[in-house]
Amino acid sequence: MIEIIELKKSFNGKVVLDGVDLTIERGRITVIIGRSGEGKSVLLKHIIGLLRPDSGRILFEGKDITKMNEEEFHEILKRFGMLFQGAALFDSMTVGENVGFPLMEHTDLPHEKIGKIVAEKLRRVGLVGVEDMMPAELSGGMKKRVGLARAIVMDPEIVLFDEPTTGLDPIMSDSIADLILETQRALETTYVVITHDIKLTYKIADTIAMLHKGKIIEKGTVEEMKQNTNPVLRQFLEGRAEGPIKVF
Amino acid sequence: MREFFERLGILTEKAIKTMGSMAIMLAQSVYYMFLPPFKFRNIFKQMEFIGVKSLFVVVLTGAFTGMVLAMQSYNALKRFGAESLVGPTVALSMARELGPVLTGLMVTGRAGSAMATELGTMRVTEQIDALYTMAINPVKYLVVPRIVAGVCMLPFLTIVADFVGVVGGYFVGVVLLDINPGVYIGRTVDYVNADDIFVGLLKSAVFGLIISLIACYHGYNTTGGAEGVGKSATNSVVTGCVLILVFDYILTSIMF
Ligand SMILES: Nc1ncnc2c1ncn2[C@@H]1O[C@H](COP(=O)(O)OP(=O)(O)OP(=O)(O)O)[C@@H](O)[C@H]1O
Ligand SMILES: [Mg+2]
Repeated sequence: MIEIIELKKSFNGKVVLDGVDLTIERGRITVIIGRSGEGKSVLLKHIIGLLRPDSGRILFEGKDITKMNEEEFHEILKRFGMLFQGAALFDSMTVGENVGFPLMEHTDLPHEKIGKIVAEKLRRVGLVGVEDMMPAELSGGMKKRVGLARAIVMDPEIVLFDEPTTGLDPIMSDSIADLILETQRALETTYVVITHDIKLTYKIADTIAMLHKGKIIEKGTVEEMKQNTNPVLRQFLEGRAEGPIKVF
Repeated sequence: MREFFERLGILTEKAIKTMGSMAIMLAQSVYYMFLPPFKFRNIFKQMEFIGVKSLFVVVLTGAFTGMVLAMQSYNALKRFGAESLVGPTVALSMARELGPVLTGLMVTGRAGSAMATELGTMRVTEQIDALYTMAINPVKYLVVPRIVAGVCMLPFLTIVADFVGVVGGYFVGVVLLDINPGVYIGRTVDYVNADDIFVGLLKSAVFGLIISLIACYHGYNTTGGAEGVGKSATNSVVTGCVLILVFDYILTSIMF
């Protein structure tokens, strides 16, 4: 569904993505793992057009999104949802307004109908009766849930997740993992998740890809990756300080 | 010496780049301003924020400025027996100069810094990116309403400041300094034209544009977390105030 070809990006001479090649398949959960600062967020921001590559292409249904004009790309963006690392809820709006915002902006649905959809989506992420709260009153885990509800409110075909479990306790992390699985199964959506949470990865991934030094070094199913003997991958998956990746 | 010129060169380059990016933001805003769909709700919200919520501080500033103007001009004009001209002096100074400038400076401090902070926070917490990913153009959604509100509300606030200033001047001149009320009002009406007020309002509209554009620019381009947000707010107030005074001079010399 999405093909990333030879994607390169540097910031002020510092190479972050050095020729990323990756295919994301429709209806599956692709998890991209990699160390902090390896450029996972940068890669995700390229997929959704927040950053422009120095070179390389990103094909969505065969069309290069890096070459589209704003109007064309907006039509594609409406089929995307994104959950940001910090949830990125609008703090001037209530939870209900946050979740309903894309509907308010892009559809002509009456308010009651939007209210119903919002309540439905919030219920799906395990929140009831929180519509009138402000984001500042929510805990980190609740924010992520609301962010997820907002990301799926338009029933997008693709949802991108930037570290959905970072900063959450293990139980909350696991419940977010369940939510990701449930919401994905329900609609057969394409999910792209970036994380360095190995537990989450094993639990939800259909495909795992590892980003290292600006390239995708390995890709495969959970079983394949567990069997893989690439020392870099092994070190990361086993979370060891000693190995080919040097910390200092 | 060489280092000095290098430093100067870098600073100049930065200043020119900043002006260029501001001009681009302004051009984009004008483009999206006339591109449907129009979201009047956002514009009204910003008008309330810039206009209504600045009313109190503008009234206070206007009143005290008018009062002090009356006192000072009385002191000066008495020296050649022209006390009767206190009225027009206060009114002209307010309408042509102090009304628009002081209103502009006060709104920069109150609304400009708040706008920069709000947009800066939205930037560093990725709310602006979130807007973008929802297929909403952030310039159209965030910057345009603020610019429209700034350009519309500054003249309104200036009228209020002018009026309150004249009333304050009347109070000091007539009640405290015993100028004949008929003379005070009569002279004011004689000497002040609609043009004088219009010139002031035109200036204030430009100030409104400056305040909103500068605040949005700094807020929108914030980097570096909470510290960056603070910097953006400070920068927008400093640049805003300086530019208001510079443009005040330029506009005054054009419309003299
Ligand atoms: N807008 C930017 N300007 C300059 N450098 C940037 C920018 N965005 C990212 N970088 C740099 O790119 C590198 C990768 O950042 P990125 O945020 O993608 O890391 P990450 O893999 O998501 O890490 P984490 O797991 O900590 O979120 C970092 O070294 C960062 O400094
Ligand atoms: Mg990241």
